[in-house]
This record gives sequence, C-alpha cells and structure tokens, in this order.
Amino acid sequence: MALIIDKTACTGCGSCLDACPFGALELVEDKAQVNDNCTLCGTCVEVCPESALSLEDIQRAADERTATSRGVWVFAEQRDGALPEVVAELLGQGGRLAADLGVDLSAVLLGHGVEALSAELFAQGAQKVYLADDPRLAQFDDGIYAEVLARLIAQERPEILLAGATALGRSLIPRVATAAATGLTADCTGLAIDPARRLLLQTRPAFGGNIMATIICPDARPQMATVRPRVMKKALPQPGATGELVRFGLDADLAPSTQVLEVVRAIGEQVNLTAAEVVVVGGRGLGGPEGFDLVRELAQALGGVVGATRGAVDAGWIGHAHQVGQTGRTIGPKLYIGLGVSGAVQHLVGMQSSDVIVAVNTDANAPIFSVATYGIVGNLFEVAPAMLARLKELRG
Amino acid sequence: MKIIVCLKQVPDTASVKLDPVTHTLKREGVAAVINPFDLFALEAALQLRERVGGQILALTMGPPQAAEMLREAIGYGVDEGLLLSDRAFAGADTWATTAALAAGVRHLGGADLVICGKQAVDGDTAQVGPGLAQRLGLPQVAFVKAIREASAEHLVVERQMDDGYDLVDLPLPALITVVREIGEPRPPSLKGKMRAKKYEAPLAGAAALGLAEDQVGLKGSFTQVVEVFAPGAAGQREMLPGPAEAAGRAVIDRLVADKVILLGS
Ligand SMILES: Cc1cc2nc3c(=O)[nH]c(=O)nc-3n(C[C@H](O)[C@H](O)[C@H](O)COP(=O)(O)OP(=O)(O)OC[C@H]3O[C@@H](n4cnc5c(N)ncnc54)[C@H](O)[C@@H]3O)c2cc1C
Ligand SMILES: Nc1ncnc2c1ncn2[C@@H]1O[C@H](COP(=O)(O)O)[C@@H](O)[C@H]1O
Repeated sequence: MALIIDKTACTGCGSCLDACPFGALELVEDKAQVNDNCTLCGTCVEVCPESALSLEDIQRAADERTATSRGVWVFAEQRDGALPEVVAELLGQGGRLAADLGVDLSAVLLGHGVEALSAELFAQGAQKVYLADDPRLAQFDDGIYAEVLARLIAQERPEILLAGATALGRSLIPRVATAAATGLTADCTGLAIDPARRLLLQTRPAFGGNIMATIICPDARPQMATVRPRVMKKALPQPGATGELVRFGLDADLAPSTQVLEVVRAIGEQVNLTAAEVVVVGGRGLGGPEGFDLVRELAQALGGVVGATRGAVDAGWIGHAHQVGQTGRTIGPKLYIGLGVSGAVQHLVGMQSSDVIVAVNTDANAPIFSVATYGIVGNLFEVAPAMLARLKELRG
Repeated sequence: MKIIVCLKQVPDTASVKLDPVTHTLKREGVAAVINPFDLFALEAALQLRERVGGQILALTMGPPQAAEMLREAIGYGVDEGLLLSDRAFAGADTWATTAALAAGVRHLGGADLVICGKQAVDGDTAQVGPGLAQRLGLPQVAFVKAIREASAEHLVVERQMDDGYDLVDLPLPALITVVREIGEPRPPSLKGKMRAKKYEAPLAGAAALGLAEDQVGLKGSFTQVVEVFAPGAAGQREMLPGPAEAAGRAVIDRLVADKVILLGS
C-alpha cells in the first residue's frame, strides 16, 4: 500500500476518517490506519493537520518520448464545417503554454472539405495547421478519428495536446490517449507549465467539485487534457495571419466503423446552455412551474437562457435539458443569476466557473452565497421584478 | 445478446456538503452507492435484454467492499457479476482502470455489447468508456440517449451532442456509454432481491487476469495527482443589503457598472 501514515505525527484527530470518500481509514489505538478500501486518491493527505499522511512516490521509467517530444497542439474540433468557440479558447491558452515552453503552437484539423477553416486557425494564433481532409472523415466516428490522430502523434511527437471538453472531445480524446498510450486529464479548468520539468500542470474539479486536483503526466507524451469550454481566454485574433499548412493523407487500411444516419440540430427542449453568455437559473425556491415565467422574463431581458436546478427539474417544473450541474450541463457564462437556488455541491460544480454570479435566496446561510459575486438575501418574487424594472428604466 | 455493464462503486455525494463559511467539506458518514450514471447503463441493459433477449453481466473494479454493490446489481436483475479486486489496483487512473476492465471483459469471454455510464461521479472523467473501447478494439458511441433499433448485428442509437443529437448505426460487437435520457432506472425486483441475498460475486485479481503489477493501479498509471485543494470562492463577494426592491435595483446598477450587462442601443 502506498499511503504512508507517520504514526508518531498522527494525533488520532480523525480528520482523515471524515474526509475519506471510501471509508478506508480507521482509528486503531488512536492512530489512523488504512484498510483495503483505499484507492490512493489523496484526499486524506490534504486534510491532515499534522501532515502525517503521504503518498509513496512511485518511481516509473520515463519513456523516451518524454525527452524527444516538442510542441503544443490543439485539436480543432469541427462540426459541419464550423469551429466551436472552445477552439479559439484552446488556441489562446495553447499559445501561452507554447510561449512558456519556447515551442510552436499547432492545430490539428480533421474532416472533409474543411481546408478553409485553417485561415481561422492561423488567425487565432496557430503557427502550423495539420490537415487531414478525406471523405472517410466527413462524419465523426471515434474509431477512425482516434486512429488518425494517434498515428499523427506517433509521427510528429507533440509534448502537449489540448482538446475541448465538448461532447465530441469527451468522446474522442480518451480513445486517442489510449491509442497513443499516454495519460489524459479530463475537464481541466486550469493549465500551467512547470518550466523546470516541462510539465503541464492540469487542474480540475474532482469528487463532484468538492476538491480541486492538480494532475501531471510525468513519464509519457503527449500530455493530454480536455478543457472546459468558456474557461480559457481567447487570444486577440490576427485576421489574415498565415502559417504552415501541413496536409497528411489517410492510410488505406482506415475506415469508419459507425455510420451517421442523420444529424439532428437543437430541437424542442434542447437549450444551448453551454454556449450562453447569460444564464438565469431557477431552483425550488420558485415554488412551482409558474415561477419559471419570472425566470424566463429575466433571461429574455438579458438576452440569456433559462437554467434549472435538479430540484426544479425533479419536481417536474421544467425539462431536464435545462439542468445545470453534475448531472446536467456545465456552464461558465459571463453572468449567472440563481433565483431560489440553495447551491448544493452538485449544482455548484456545474456553474462555479461563471465570471459573475448573482444569488437571490431568502436563507442567508444558503451555500450558493459562498460562490456569489453579488448576494441578495431576499424574496426572489420581490428582487427579480425590481431587477426587471431597473433594467427597463435604464434602457429607457 | 451478451451484455457487460461496467459499474463503479462511488461515495454517495449526497452525503457530502460544503461548509458555506470555510468552503471546506462536511461529511456526515460516507455511504457507498452504485455510481448514479451507471444505473442508467444498467437500465439500458435491462431494456435491451427485454427487447432482444440474452444475458447481462456486471463488471466492476474496486475494493473488496464493491462486492456489496454487485449484490445490489443482482437485485436489479443482472445475471452474473465479476469483481476485479487486488491491492495492486489501488490508485489506478483511467489508463490503468481500462487495462483491468479490458482484462475483465476478456475473462468473461467478451460480449456483444459493453455498456458504461457516462461518467463516474467521483472521478468525473468520462474517460473509461472510450478508453475501454480502444483497448478492446471495439467501435463505440458515447453519450447514447436512446436506442432506436437493436438486433444481433447492430444498434441504431441517438448520440447526444452539444447542439442536438446524431443518429448513428453501430455494428456489434461494440461499446456504448449512456446518459440519463436512456430511461429512469427501474427499482430492484423482488425476485432479484431474493437472489441477491445469497449472491457471492466471483473475484479476480491481477494474476488471474494475466496482468503484471506495473500495468495496473498506481504503478500502471500515467497521471499523478500532485496537489489536492479546496475550491476557492469565486472572486470578491459582496452582499447587497435589503430591502429586496432596493437590492434588486442595486445589483443591476452594479452589473451595468461592471460592464457585465451592456445597455447598448
Ligand atoms: C448524484 C447527484 C447528482 C446531482 N446532480 C445535480 C445537478 O446536476 N444539478 C443540480 O442542480 N442538482 C443536482 N443534485 C441535487 C442537489 O443535491 C440539490 O438537491 C439541488 O441542487 C437542490 O435544488 P434547489 O437549489 O433548487 O432546491 P433547494 O435545495 O430546495 O433550495 C431552494 C432554495 O430556495 C430558497 N427559497 C425558497 N423560497 C424562496 C424565495 N421566495 N425567494 C428566494 N429564495 C427562496 C430556499 O432558501 C432554498 O435555499 C444532485 C444530487 C445528487 C445526489
Ligand atoms: N472501477 C470501475 N469499475 C467498473 N466500471 C468503471 C470503473 N471506473 C469507471 N467505470 C465505468 O466507466 C464509466 C466512466 O467512468 P469515469 O471515466 O471514471 O468517469 C463509469 O460510468 C462506469 O461505467
């Protein structure tokens, strides 16, 4: 077992027992003891006030890719010939990482008839664009996309590969990492470089957002991460910027294994929560489905969309497509307004990277206030109409 | 159809609360449950068995106490379970996890369909499904929200995307991960619960699976956690005093001053 407990430092306070998500720690004769349920997650190490716990450093052999890989890559996801916003965000962040490492920033573009998008990638800061343009890539298929990317990685050896934590990215990139035999950190909200070891420090929420973890991939390359949309800053676009376009063909043995029969765009209850700049979220404090009329009105006045807590969704007041949080959508809008939302951890993990958070709740102790930029203790049925009235006044 | 569902035992996040003042964890006892997303995977398997017949096997890698979760799965109507448990598995990242699970799938003689949940609520990575598909060389569709057609040769599924969904034809054998829309999990059956009482899941360790120590667990992982910390409160925090009406007007003024709301024309 690689969890080390320093029995002389342990005071038997029990903090680690409370913190362990797996019930893997016990007190035996007033000292912490670890049992078979330990998954080495490290939560206890952090909470121990005496620093009596540590994880054994396991020595692994770094493979030779670690020494020879260079360059930062961004996977330029495209759907139907359009790049989602996150690609520009990744290029912005990728550019900063590349500068810290003193290497180039490249984008990888896969699809059919998508060459024109390379101009956009150069404008967003890519110095090089790798393009695979082939009818076999016309529709998204995890198998062939992963294989193409893995072969390109093996050939070109980037040290970092970033992709968006979108539906497509979260489906494809784990497969690429496995095919490339390297580590991957999902859903990062922070990325930085440790220049001494050329390591990518990847920070992400874990345990439903209860803790943040910084993760490294020391002994394999590329270091791969998917990044939450709307967290990283875009670079200032340079229209007309150019760079090197590197075309590569597909090996003859590759073919998609699945077939996309139909692409159905946002219909009915689908709401584009992830892309919205303003999200007004209603919780159980609304008291009933008609409460959402007020939420809708405020959202509309702000050019935003309507979100909901699981509490409100489970009550049947609004469809699940609106749910924000761990089991709903993760959002990071410029402005989040929560009306009658308590702020359970499962909700907070889905919205705490919002730029500005406004919370309205009658309970001064509601946990939502701990993440709020502006908090109002008050009845939402009085506060929200006042907000609407003030907006109207200001807009004349 | 032979279906393997991958289930993970996770700490019950409902028993975890954030202290609003110190922003640290408050835990009142830790219960372990089937990862909530995996209940949808289980439900998908049960629906498929009803439609096309066959057998459902539940596969998990976890500590010895995960045997209890497999018993619960039997209660839901799973035919057989397999627990992959070994001290050497501890500390596995998704790379090492898929190594063990892939060996587990082979140990079970493979399957026509492997079903995973969308993600585990403790790790929250959503990586294991696609990684496992790659290790097994199977075609995959992630985030399936409906199975329109099912036969011995293929499935036609709806894949949830950010802007809608794709209708995808998927040849079998294959792997899918499913989302909540697949259907609310049914409760355990009475018959299942009876069977669960006496059920002991078979167990396999690294050696039985033909896995070397450096392929699994912490040693077989590429990623390493270097720091764990409490999430910080977002930026500055300001409470706007009541009465409600004044506070409502004041917050709009702040947002306009902060240029969060643009009045424009
Ligand atoms: C595995 C798991 C996953 C989950 N996933 C999610 C998820 O994705 N998203 C999510 O949101 N939740 C999720 N939850 C549920 C979460 O734990 C909470 O139960 C839920 O977020 C609570 O919703 P709520 O804030 O609307 O309701 P409540 O907690 O009931 O809060 C209502 C709030 O409204 C306030 N209020 C009442 N009347 C008024 C009024 N007139 N004016 C102002 N304020 C008022 C109250 O003070 C209270 O704070 C999950 C739970 C589990 C176990
Ligand atoms: N230890 C495990 N045992 C069995 N299945 C797992 C395990 N870890 C992950 N899975 C499966 O993979 C899915 C995604 O998990 P994750 O990648 O950890 O978010 C889960 O919903 C499970 O179906």
